[in-house]
Amino acid sequence: MNNLPPAAAKEQPVSPAGPRGLLPPLNGRYLWPLLGLVLLLAINLVLSPEFFQVKLVDGRLYGSLIDVLNRSAPVALLAIGMTLVIATGGIDLSVGATMAIAGAVCANMLVGGVDSIFLVVAGGMAIGILIGAVNGSLVSFLGIQPIVATLILMVAGRGIAQLINAGQIVTFQNEAFTFIGTGSVFGVPFPILLVLMVFAAIQLLMRKTALGLFVESVGCNAGASHYLGVNARAVKMMVYCIAGLCAALAGMIAAADIQGSDANNAGLWLELDAILAVVIGGASLMGGRFSLVLSLVGVLIIQCLSTTIIMSGVPPKYNLVIKSLVVVFVLLLQSPRFQAQMGALIALAKSKSNKSVGERAEA
Amino acid sequence: MSLLNLSGIEKQYPGVKALDGVDFQLREGEIHALLGENGAGKSTLVKVMTGALEGDGGSMAYLDKPLKLKSTAQAQSVGISTVYQEVNLLPNLSVAQNLYLGREPKKFGLIDWKRIYRQSREVLKRFALDIDVTQPLSSYSVAIQQLVAIARGVDMSAKVLVLDEPTASLDAGEVEQLFDVLRELKSQGIGIVFITHFLDQVYAVSDRITVLRNGGLVGEFETAGLPREELVGHMLGKELQAQAHRAPERDDRAAGEPLLELDDVAVRGSLQPTSLTVKRGEAVGLAGLLGSGRSEVCRAVFGVDKKSSGALTFSGRERSFRKPAEAIEAGLALCPEDRKASGIVGPLSIRENIALAVQARRGWWRPMSRTEQQELAEKFIAELQIATPDADKPIEQLSGGNQQKVILARWLATNPELLVLDEPTRGVDIGAHAEILKLIKQLCGEGMSLLVTSSELEELVAFSDRVAVMRDRKKVAEIEGEEISENRIMQAIAEA
Repeated sequence: MNNLPPAAAKEQPVSPAGPRGLLPPLNGRYLWPLLGLVLLLAINLVLSPEFFQVKLVDGRLYGSLIDVLNRSAPVALLAIGMTLVIATGGIDLSVGATMAIAGAVCANMLVGGVDSIFLVVAGGMAIGILIGAVNGSLVSFLGIQPIVATLILMVAGRGIAQLINAGQIVTFQNEAFTFIGTGSVFGVPFPILLVLMVFAAIQLLMRKTALGLFVESVGCNAGASHYLGVNARAVKMMVYCIAGLCAALAGMIAAADIQGSDANNAGLWLELDAILAVVIGGASLMGGRFSLVLSLVGVLIIQCLSTTIIMSGVPPKYNLVIKSLVVVFVLLLQSPRFQAQMGALIALAKSKSNKSVGERAEA
Repeated sequence: MSLLNLSGIEKQYPGVKALDGVDFQLREGEIHALLGENGAGKSTLVKVMTGALEGDGGSMAYLDKPLKLKSTAQAQSVGISTVYQEVNLLPNLSVAQNLYLGREPKKFGLIDWKRIYRQSREVLKRFALDIDVTQPLSSYSVAIQQLVAIARGVDMSAKVLVLDEPTASLDAGEVEQLFDVLRELKSQGIGIVFITHFLDQVYAVSDRITVLRNGGLVGEFETAGLPREELVGHMLGKELQAQAHRAPERDDRAAGEPLLELDDVAVRGSLQPTSLTVKRGEAVGLAGLLGSGRSEVCRAVFGVDKKSSGALTFSGRERSFRKPAEAIEAGLALCPEDRKASGIVGPLSIRENIALAVQARRGWWRPMSRTEQQELAEKFIAELQIATPDADKPIEQLSGGNQQKVILARWLATNPELLVLDEPTRGVDIGAHAEILKLIKQLCGEGMSLLVTSSELEELVAFSDRVAVMRDRKKVAEIEGEEISENRIMQAIAEA
C-alpha cells in the first residue's frame, strides 16, 4: 500500500477528531430530550418555586429535586441495563421480576442469618447475573426473539420470587442492608450515589474499551458484525447479564427501602418505565447507537412528570392519562418526520398569511 | 399474434437508471426467456409488466390494445399472472383454499367447500397433480407449491404467465415436471415469460430469448439460432473476439508456495466438491454466471458456511473455520457480495467501519483510541481516495463505490494474507469501478494474494493469474496464464 498515488482527498482538510470522551457532545440527538427535561423543570418552577429548594436536615439533603432523583434510582438502574440491551436490537421484559427475585434472595439470606452484608449483596448481584445469563442464552444461542425470551422470566420470575418467599412478605432488620435504600453519604441519598457509580462503571466499560463499539455494531447490522469477526453472541450475552445485574441492584434498593421483600409488588411494571425512558432518550428499538446519558434524562423526565402532576394539583386519577400524553408529545418532538411536517406546516401557514396580506394589499 | 408488447420502457431509481428504453414482446403460445446478470433490469421489467411498479416512460399494449397497469390485482384481472421464486401463497392454508383464495365459489352467501375441493382436484389434474387438496400447502414440496401457484394463475384465466426463477429450488426431476406443464400451457396458447439463470433450461424449454444488460436491451433472439457462447457474450456484454490476456505487472516473487488449498470442499446444498489452489502472491479469479457457486466458494473459505466435506488448508495448516472470526484470526479477509446486509454497518461512521475489523481481531479489552482510529481512517481515506468531507460521516450516506472502498480499507487495515473479494465492483458507479480495479491491480503488484469473483469477465482477464470457472455449483475449468481471455472463459461457462 506504499506506492498508492497521493490522493486528492488529502487536499481536503479532514476535520479534526471531535473529542468523544466520556460525555457526549451537545448535538441534535441530545437537544430534544434535554429540552423536554428543561421544559418540565421550568413548569415546576412556575407551579412551585420550592421545587428547587434543597435543604440539609440531619446531615441529609431534602427537597423535591432530591426526591425526584432518589425515587428514580431503581428505574435509572434498569434503564442503564435496558439501554445496552435495546442497543443490540433486543429488549428485556424480565428486569422487574428480576428485582423481585434479587430482593427475595437478599431478604431470605438476611433472615436466614447471613451476617456478612457483602455476602448478601454479592448473592443478590449473582442471582441478577444468572438471570441475565439465562435471558442471554435464550436470545443468542437458541435464537429466540428477545421479547418472547424475556417474557418467560417476566412471568416466571415473579413466581420464583414468591416461591423463595414461600408466599409471604419477608421482612428483615438489618441496618447495613437498609442503608442501600435509605442511607446517605455526605448528605446525598445512597440510591443516587449507586446510580452514579453504576453509570460511571458501565460508561467506562463501554467507552473506554471496545465493547460499546461492538454493541452498536451488532445492533446496527448483526450480519455484517458476524462477517467482521465480532462475536455477536457474546456481546448479546453480556448485555443481558449487565441488565440482570442492574436489575438486581435496583431490587436491593426496593427491598432495603421497605425493609422487606414483597414478591408481588417489587419492581412491578418498572420494566416498562425503563423501556420508556430509553425510548424517550431517543434510542431506536431496532438497535444501534446508544447513550446512557440520554436514557437517564429519559428517566428524569418520567419521574419529574409524576412529581409535576402531583404538585400541579390535578386530581390523581388524571395522572396516567396526562403522563401518556406528555410521553407521546416528547416522542413526537423527536421524530424527524414530525419535525419535517411541522416545519412544512409552519412554512405553509407563513406563505398563506403572506399571501392573504398580499391579497388584502391588492384589494 | 402478440400478447404483450412493451416498448421503450424506462424506470429511474435514485442514482440508477434501472430500465433504459427496453422493448419486450411476448407472442401467443411461446416460452420467452428473459435473461441478464445482476442489475440487468430483469426484475424491474417484470415488475412493470405485472403492475407491481409503474414505469416512468414507454408504453404497453396487451392484445394490441394499450394497457396501463396500476396494480398487480389489475394485471391479474386482465390475465397477467406472476409466480415468484419464493412461492407467494399462504403455506398454512390448504391447497384448495390457496387455489381459490379471494374468489371462493359461494352458495347462499357461504363458501361452497364441496365445489372448491372438486374444482381444485380438476384443475390440478390438468397439471398431472394428484394430491390431497385439503392438506396445507406447506406439507408439499416446493415444486408442488410452484405448480399450485401456476395452476392458480392459469385457472384465473391467465393468458400471460410470468415465472420469476421458478426452478431455483427444484431438483432435475421436478424441473422436468414443471417443463412438461409449461409445454402443455404453451400448446393452449398461453404466453410464458421465463426468468432463470440456468442456461441448460433456457435451451431446453424456451422459444425465444430477450437479453438485458445494465438496464438496456441487448436484443431479442430465436433460441434455436443462438449459440451458447454468443448468448453468454450478450449477457456479459462481450462480443466474441480475440482479446489478449493482460497479465498484471507484478514482482517476480509472485506465485510462491500454496497459501490456500481446497481439496474437494463441499457445502451441503450450495457447493459441489470443488478443488482450488491460491498460491502466495497470486490473484485467482472466479468466473461463472449468477448462482454458479462463485460466492459459495468465498463463503466456504471464510467460514460463513461450514464445509460439509473436503479439506481446506490455509498457510500450511489444515483448517476448519466455523465462523468468520476464526478465518480472520488466521489471516483471511472477505469483502462480501451483499454489501448492505453483510458489509457496511450503516449508521456507524467511516472511521468506525474501518476500525471495526482490526478492533474485533484485537479483542474488546484492547481498544483503539479515538486518535488511533482517526489516523487509520484518514490514512485509508487518502490512499483509497474515499470521497467524504470527514471520517465521521455515517457510511450509509456514501455512494456504493465509496462504501466498497471503506470495506476494502477495513480489511486492508487487518493486513490479511489472503484477500477474498466477492463481486467487488457490483453496484458501483463507473468512476469508483475503475478505481477499485486499479486498486486490485496495485495489490496484485504488491504481492497480495487474492481470490476475486466477478461477473465482469474483462475485470478477471485484467488481473488474474488464473481463472477458475464455476458452473452448476462446481468448478468446471481452470484457465491459466496466456490462455486467459474473455472468449476462453465464456466458452468454459457455456460448455454443455
